[in-house]
Parts: sequence; C-alpha cells; structure tokens
Amino acid sequence: MLYRERMGRAARIALLAACGLVGTVAADAQTRTKFDLWQGLSGDLGERVNDVCKRFNESQTEFEIVCTSQGSYDAAVQNAIAAYRAKKQPTIVQVFDAGTLDLMLSGAFVPARQLMEENGYKVDWANYFPGISNYYATSKGVLLSFPFNSSTAMFYWNKDAFAKIGETAAPKTWEDVEVAAKKMKAAGMECPLAIDFDTWQWMEQFHAIHNLPIATRDNGYSGLDAELTINKTKFVDFVKYLKRAHVEGWAKIKTRATGATLGEAFASGDCQMTQFSIAGHGTIVKTSKPGMNWDVAMMPVYAGTERHNSLVGGASLWVLQGKSKDEYRGAAAFLAFIAKPESEEYWSTVTGYIPVTKTGFAAMQAKGFYDKPTYKGRELAIQSLTASEVGPLTRGVRLGGFLQIRKEVTDALEAIFSDKMTVEQGLAQAVERSNATLRRFEKTYAGKTLP
Amino acid sequence: MERRAVFKSRWLPYALIAPQVLLVFTFFYWPTGAALVWAFTLEQPWGGGSAFVGFDNFAAVFGDPLYWASVGRSVFFAASATTLAMGVALLLALFTDRQLSGYRAYRFVTIWPYAVAAPAAGLAFRFIFASEAGILAFLNQISPGLWNPSMNGNQAMLTIVVCYSWKYVSYNFIFLLAGLQAIPRALVEAGAMDGAGVLRRMRDIQLPLLQPTFFFLLVINLTESFVDSFGIVDIMTGGGPAKATNLMVYKIYFDGFKGLDYSGAAAQSIVLMVLVMALTFVQFRFIERRVHYR
Repeated sequence: MLYRERMGRAARIALLAACGLVGTVAADAQTRTKFDLWQGLSGDLGERVNDVCKRFNESQTEFEIVCTSQGSYDAAVQNAIAAYRAKKQPTIVQVFDAGTLDLMLSGAFVPARQLMEENGYKVDWANYFPGISNYYATSKGVLLSFPFNSSTAMFYWNKDAFAKIGETAAPKTWEDVEVAAKKMKAAGMECPLAIDFDTWQWMEQFHAIHNLPIATRDNGYSGLDAELTINKTKFVDFVKYLKRAHVEGWAKIKTRATGATLGEAFASGDCQMTQFSIAGHGTIVKTSKPGMNWDVAMMPVYAGTERHNSLVGGASLWVLQGKSKDEYRGAAAFLAFIAKPESEEYWSTVTGYIPVTKTGFAAMQAKGFYDKPTYKGRELAIQSLTASEVGPLTRGVRLGGFLQIRKEVTDALEAIFSDKMTVEQGLAQAVERSNATLRRFEKTYAGKTLP
Repeated sequence: MERRAVFKSRWLPYALIAPQVLLVFTFFYWPTGAALVWAFTLEQPWGGGSAFVGFDNFAAVFGDPLYWASVGRSVFFAASATTLAMGVALLLALFTDRQLSGYRAYRFVTIWPYAVAAPAAGLAFRFIFASEAGILAFLNQISPGLWNPSMNGNQAMLTIVVCYSWKYVSYNFIFLLAGLQAIPRALVEAGAMDGAGVLRRMRDIQLPLLQPTFFFLLVINLTESFVDSFGIVDIMTGGGPAKATNLMVYKIYFDGFKGLDYSGAAAQSIVLMVLVMALTFVQFRFIERRVHYR
C-alpha cells in the first residue's frame, strides 16, 4: 500500500515535471472541452485507467478527459453523490455492481442509449455480451450505463499438485474437487482448497451457474419487494460441503486477517485450488512461484447440473445529469472510443479484465491474444459468461442495500465456520436481516418502480 | 471602583466572535442539524426525494435484536481501550519523569504513534496479528488454532483494543508528562527528605496532584474511543468475525457510507451522540467533584 502510494507520488511528480516541459505544447488544451471522470480504482489499476484516458486525449484534439481516482469503489460513489447534491458532479462516474440499483432509481443519470443517439453515434447494443450488459440494463434489457472493467469468477488450480495425484484435468464438479482435495491431503499437502467469506464468488456465482434464485422476483429485477432465498436453495448444501471440508482439513480459510488472501495463498503454491476473479489472473502470472504450473478453469458445478452463465463483476460507467451539451459530446466520444476493439485489447492487455463486446473478443481471438502464455485461459472467462442463454436468474442481482446483504451473509458464514451457529441458523439469520434491509430500501424508494 | 474591560462599541464584540461562531455553526451545528433531519426521514442517497417517517428510523434501530449487543461491545471497547491507553501512558510518563537514563530519546519516540494515521496503524497491526503470517503466528506452532483473530471474536476484539490503545498511549503520555513536570519539584523532594520511597511519592504526591490532567484525559479517551475507532476496525476486522467487532460507530460508517442508508446511519449517530453526551455529563457530575484543582 505504502509502496503504491510512493509510486503514485513519484508518478505525480514526474507528471508535474512533464507538464512544465510540455507546457507550451499543451497550449491547445485551452480550446479543448474538458470533462471529468471519477473512477474507483487505485494503485496499479487506477494508473491503467489513467492510461486509457491519456490514450483518448491523444487520439483527438476536441476534448480533454480528466480522470481522477477517488481511492475505492465506495468512495467513488459517495463522492459522486456528495458532488451531485452540491451540483458539482463529474460527467462520468465509475460505479461498481452493488451501487448500480441506487443510481438506477435516482434519475440522476443520462441513459446510455439516449446519450449515444443524441450525439449521433450508432451503437450496436447487441454487440455487448448479454451476460455482461444485463447486469447494467433495465429488466427489459435496455442498457443504462457502459460496461467497463468486467470480470467473472474462475477456478484456479495448480497443475503440479494435480500431477502429483495423477490428474491432468481441472475438476468439473464439486464432487471431483472433493476427491482431488482428499488425495492431496493424503499426499501431505497442507491446503488443497482455499476458501474465504467473499459472497461474490462463493454465493452469487454459485447461484447463477446452477440457475438458482438468490432472491424472489427474478433476483429483484421484477420489483423492489424481492426477498432473499439463499437458505432455501442448494447453497445450503454447498455451505455444508465447505464447512465439512474445513472440519476435515482439506479446505483452509485464507483472508487478509489470516495473513494471505486467496490469490496470495494460491500464487505462493501453498494452496492448490481456489476461486476468485479473472481480474486477478495477471497478478498470479506476475507473482506465482517461479516454475509453478497452474491454470484457470470454469467454476465447478454439482454433478448432474446443467451449467449456466456466470455473473459479471466489476463496474460500469454512468453519465450523470446536469452537464453541458459539449461535455456530453465529449463523454459520448470517450465511451465510443473505449468500445473500439483496439481499446478493448489494450485494456485487457494491461489489466486482467475481459473485453465486453463480441467484436472486441473476436478481434483479440483472431490476433492470437489468448495463445500467448501470459493471457492463456482468460478466454475461459468469456466462455463462462456465455455458458448459456441469459435467463431471469442469471442476469444479475438487483437488490437494494446489497452491500449490507453481502455483509450479513459474510457474518453468517463466519459464525457458521467458527461453530457459533449451524448452517441453517446462520443462513436463516442472514436472510431475515437482509430482508429487513430490503424492506427499508423499498420504503426509501416508495412509489418508484424499477426501470 | 469596578475595574472591568467593557467594549464601548455595540457591534465590535459580535464581530470578534463572528468567525468562531461561523466555524462552529458550519462544522458542528449544520451537519448535526442535517443528521437530525435525516434521522426523521427516509432519504434517497442521490437526492431523489425524502419522506418524513417520524420515529420509524429509531424504532428500526432499537428493534434490531443485535443492536444492543453492538452497544455493549462499544462500551466494553471504550472501557478497556481507555484503561489500557491511560494505564500504560501513566506508567511511561512516571518513568520518564524520573529522568532515568536515555529519557530524552525515549520521550521523543513515544510521541510518534499519535502521528500515525489510523488506517496505517491498522494495516501494521493486521500484519502483526495475522494468524498464519504474523509475529504471533508462533502461538499456532505451539498449539494449532490457539491464535486466530479471523475466527475468534474475543481475540479480534483484543487486536482492535491493542491497536487503538497504542495510538492513544502517546497522546495521553504527552499530557501526563506535562502534568507531572508541572508538579513543583520541591514537593517531591520534601517527600524524599521525609523518607518516602519512589512508589510512596508517586502514590501520595504525584498521582493526587495529577488528578485534573487525569480527569481531562478520561473524558477525552472515553469520547474518542466511542467515535474515533472506525478506521482501525475497518482495516483490521471489518466488524467481524461474525459481528464480534461491530462497534456502534463502525455500523454507522458502514450503513451510511458503504450501504448508502443515510437515514438509518443518521438515527444511529443521534443515539451515539446522546450516549456520549450522557456519559460526559455523568463524568462531570460525579467524578469531577472528587477532582482537586490546585
């Protein structure tokens, strides 16, 4: 963290020096229309977003985008809200998945389609992967914001460890995982499977790929009166499975508080299997133990289950109300720019995020992007997101106060794994408390209907 | 003849206090007023509108069966953090005041921790306390599972108490040392000549004379530990495991800033404010009476 900050400061000083040098060249910036983008990424990823902005500024002379990191996803939303209420909002703000619904109900944004049409851009909206676009679209499938940094969860597996137990392929089912993990345990490996209490990969993705409802009313897409259903689905069995794995010693909990996150525990070779975001792929490439053979695969399902598409994670770009016509023209130009196949390839190259349009993905495939050893396996993320037609249970999750709900489930899992509660008790309490949050949210937006 | 300085002009005194009043209004009464309004309405975060709901938000807060547990935890946290921070600071200050060798360097470095931002301190302590990679990991070598704050709520509470106190030890140390050094040396020396040992002089001369400083620190420490702990909690435990470190102020921070439930957070803030005010009142009413000012 400190290192990152220092790097950030160094970069800023370098930038200032550069500004001084090219001050005369930048004179034409006076005539450019400036507009702001507030982003929620920081550190290395934040710098990469700034690179995208720089590329846009260099690609044309009419507009100048000013990209500012707010430090974190939730800070970006909080600051944008404060600024919006004070009428000093940026033109574009990056909003993460759980912040989508509040904005959607607020009327504080310009819908994506309207912005592009008014500024004369023809966008083939069907070109976005439905597994990605539906998360940010109305219940009728009309996209409201622009998918930007997108990911999904993947299964990471250590090929060397599998070779030791005589296996060469990644496990496809949770039954396979158990067999492999027990063999690894018998072979003396300390941590066959690493787990944590992040609901995104363990709860939300699990429901989607098994086509199970997280909540009633199509996961909340059909109305604010939705109720959580996670204590009535196969998720209950899955939590029992993980709990048993933990008790029997073939799964270990890896969190920041224990000293290593899932990614760190996997990269160091300590843990042989886990699942987390494809966005971490690049980090594992860079930080994995030298010589370690590993790969990603689609998340396992229970045997006999038809696999459905997984959910997108990450954030999208929203254009806010109350800016000038010129600023909107600039915003439209920027959003059209980042949707170009070259931009998508650049973005996927410098980060672990995946392309969001079909043409972008096809272009990268044709160029052999996924054949390079550094990026190999990332195409499986697209395969996972498109594993089936997007149905009412795999569009996404549209629940009010979703961060509180995630926290309730995490709390419940912690209580379950530390033997304070049974699986049934824990999940029932999480559901009850989450439903109270949902009712509160419904009351806050009384009289409003979901678009 | 009465000798009092009186302003001749009518407006001058008001003009002189105006900047201060303006500051207090802008940074205290205005936000408190806004929180009060939000506490009685349901506020949409993006400003789409709000509805007056009376005491509903408070009913929701008090109707939550787990809320009282978080109040209890906050009281426990405040009491133990204050005791630890003041106890250790007192010990260090008494030693420093005795001018043992190297006390200057010692005085200098003891002040540092207060300058460390809460998240940075939290980050450092997270590494120290990490059950598998931290300094305390050796405990698990002795007996596996002995130390695991990520799963054991009591241990998690211990980590935030220690980290928080660490920061406030230096703050208290500065005040206590200043207080000790303000005690006339002649009193202590007189005690020594009468044959009182070091401990006796501390107990009978220095500590009683330190009472006003002590009382001031007690009020500050208790208040701060109720309202200033969320940064450390956020970085170290995130309120977990299973809500074991979910203090009142962290819940406000989480509901308001992360969950965007402005009204719920505002109502909880009012409750916390009333609690801290009541506590301060009790301290002034019942403890300050026993304090002897010189």
